[in-house]
Amino acid sequence: MHHTIEVRRLSFAYPDGFQALRGVDLHVSPGEKVALVGPNGAGKSTLILHLNGILRGQGEVQVCGLPMEDENLGRIRASVGLVFQDPDDQLFSPSVREDVAFGPMYMGLTEDEVGRRVQRALTSVGMPESAARVPHHLSGGEKKRIAVATVLAMEPEILVLDEPTAGLDPRGRRGLIRLLAELPQTMLVSTHDLRMVQELFSRTVVLDQGQVVADGPTDGLMADAALLAAHGLEA
Amino acid sequence: MLASPLRMHIPDGFLTPAIAVIGWAIAVAIIVLALRQTRRQLDDRMVPMMGVLAAFIFAAQAINFPVAAGTSGHLIGASLAAIVMGPWAATLIMTAVLVVQGLLFQDGGLVVMGWNVVNMGVVAAFSGCLTYTLARRLAGESRVAILAASFAAGWISVVIASLAAAIELAASGTSPLTLAVAAMGSVHALIGIGEGIITAAAVGLLLVSRPELLKAGATAPGGRTATLVLVGLAVGLLVAAFSPLASPSPDGLEAVAESQNFLGLGQAAPYRILPDYTVPFIAHPALTTIAAVMLGTLVVFGGAVLVGRAATRRQASRG
Amino acid sequence: MHFDLADQYRPRPSFVHHLDPRVKVVVALAFILAAGLMPIGAWGGYAALLILALGASLTSGLGPIFALRRSYVALPFALVALPLVFTVPGEVVYHTPLTGWTITAQGLERFLSLMLRSWIAIQAAILLTAVTPFPDVLWALGTLRFPRLLVATIGFMYRYFFVLADEATRMLRARAARSGEVGGRRKTPALWQARVAGHMVGSLFLRALERSERVHAAMLARGYNGQMPNLAQRAMRRMDWLVILAALLLLVGLLAWARPF
Repeated sequence: MHHTIEVRRLSFAYPDGFQALRGVDLHVSPGEKVALVGPNGAGKSTLILHLNGILRGQGEVQVCGLPMEDENLGRIRASVGLVFQDPDDQLFSPSVREDVAFGPMYMGLTEDEVGRRVQRALTSVGMPESAARVPHHLSGGEKKRIAVATVLAMEPEILVLDEPTAGLDPRGRRGLIRLLAELPQTMLVSTHDLRMVQELFSRTVVLDQGQVVADGPTDGLMADAALLAAHGLEA
Repeated sequence: MLASPLRMHIPDGFLTPAIAVIGWAIAVAIIVLALRQTRRQLDDRMVPMMGVLAAFIFAAQAINFPVAAGTSGHLIGASLAAIVMGPWAATLIMTAVLVVQGLLFQDGGLVVMGWNVVNMGVVAAFSGCLTYTLARRLAGESRVAILAASFAAGWISVVIASLAAAIELAASGTSPLTLAVAAMGSVHALIGIGEGIITAAAVGLLLVSRPELLKAGATAPGGRTATLVLVGLAVGLLVAAFSPLASPSPDGLEAVAESQNFLGLGQAAPYRILPDYTVPFIAHPALTTIAAVMLGTLVVFGGAVLVGRAATRRQASRG
Repeated sequence: MHFDLADQYRPRPSFVHHLDPRVKVVVALAFILAAGLMPIGAWGGYAALLILALGASLTSGLGPIFALRRSYVALPFALVALPLVFTVPGEVVYHTPLTGWTITAQGLERFLSLMLRSWIAIQAAILLTAVTPFPDVLWALGTLRFPRLLVATIGFMYRYFFVLADEATRMLRARAARSGEVGGRRKTPALWQARVAGHMVGSLFLRALERSERVHAAMLARGYNGQMPNLAQRAMRRMDWLVILAALLLLVGLLAWARPF
């Protein structure tokens, strides 16, 4: 069975010499929903940035059957939707419609198709009437949801999210959790929010100091108090 | 590493020390004025705001867009700063950017920094601001008018600044005047398009998100002084261009420069020179090229005003 | 990304590092001026300046090729001066085969002199930033009568440019992440790309402006009232004065030797 995300012996050091990833192995099957947890500095964001070729390290990375090579980057980015932690980094257009349309437009789709995708994406995130709004004026929770929409509009196979509930108030958080529960894509979510992990993700990968220290059913890992404590996690 | 024609930062050694010192004198005088005007405008917000916005300009210069065949365009930013913050604050912002670029990254020399500040700070910011203000006044209040005026401001600021740099290089004997003006002018006429579009799009986003910001820029103090300074500088530079200080264009130059590949050595953009920049009835070749650049400036300005006016009238008639 | 965010300062326990920052700034500027004042074709003078720069680099514990490695920055600007090779009148040295242009000895001399002087000047600038932490350079500029408000502004720019450069980087990554391709697509026009870049610039501007408002509020909360605090005072040691004097004398001497009157 072909894996959707396949990472083998991935290592990466930043230009200043800091070794962020040390031989990471990760396999995600289509349809799986996986949580990525670990303390700050563990390498979670670094790992995520390797999944669509923004960073390139040593080792093998294959996404949706495509090896991570220059000629595949375009298709990989159309298949992997990456939602970054700070929505302000992702919403840079004067209107929600333009932000959500960026992905499809870059892909060269027709105006009609772009329009359809924008509407579908906005509906998926529960904000169907927001196309004309100004991103700058949205609330934190709304921004997060539109950020997800900007990626959904590309209709990716995989969704990767970096700390989706960070900085949200309880209502915003609840809205986002509900959204993630409803989305059908294969999902890899990096987060500190272990309660959300227990609610949504059947499998958890624990990353610490650039290495995978645990990978298995969420329930089992969450019950292992020693493991959690050793890697700075609190359920 | 961007190739030199895309940066206007003159390195050390390309201007004579005498000319460099003059540049410093002018820069210092204007900076002192700018500090006073900005203090009046911003009071105790001045230091953190100017500093962070200078950091913004520096970071924004990294936001590029693909143009063709591996080249990319990007922003210089003086006109954007001038539109939103007014010309004096913009000058300070660009000065801070240039000092850090020069000191930390050797982008632009230290002894010649005075002229770099004058070109990319004063000349670019003031001409951008003047263009924007004039164009808006002539073209009206519609959104399209504002965007057209911003485009014109961006383009004109870049082209005029490059013209100033070319004149300084010629006056130092580094480059023959005609060639310098033609080369810098033509390359920056292209770069200016990118600057114009980016400036207009940025202003467009600000208009939607925080329209009151643009009003603040329009009412920045010292507009009249700024105009005087700009005019003074322009006159000074033009005088310098045609004084005995500037290298005369030797006769062989026209023949040399006619060939397209002349400056195509290395990875420079192919320069389109003299034949396209000659206004037929003017004799002196340098005057011709400068006149051609000024003509281009007027055309862009006029075009922006016309487009803006049409849009304003349409908007008004729709009620 | 066209900037290298790594700090340029290289701490070393060297004599040069311990000098007062004002000394380093003044000597660097004097050196650059001297390079600019060297006449055309004063190869001996250029060599002497290079040796001085090399000496400074070695004394600072930076090794002989430190500044050399990074000084290619001026090279692209060489194209601006290249016409000199063809346009300066004089003794013809070469005719280009296809186009029949004439290269003169004087032209070559002029061009090479200019490039060398520029290259030498850059070494000084590179060394200055390598042996002096930027805040110290700023402080030195302040004591040398740069307007204090401007120095403070530059300080803020330095403090925040890493932050804003980070924001810009993340925006660029977010854009790259949404730049996907589906088979057989048409190319997106440069005009549209430029607009998107402009929107990104506008967003970054807003974030910067609002950040500056927060910074201002934090400053007010700590009692800031628009007045700049006085600059820290540092006494010049005898060694500092000696170095300045020696450097200036050396440079003036070199110039006098290279410019026979």
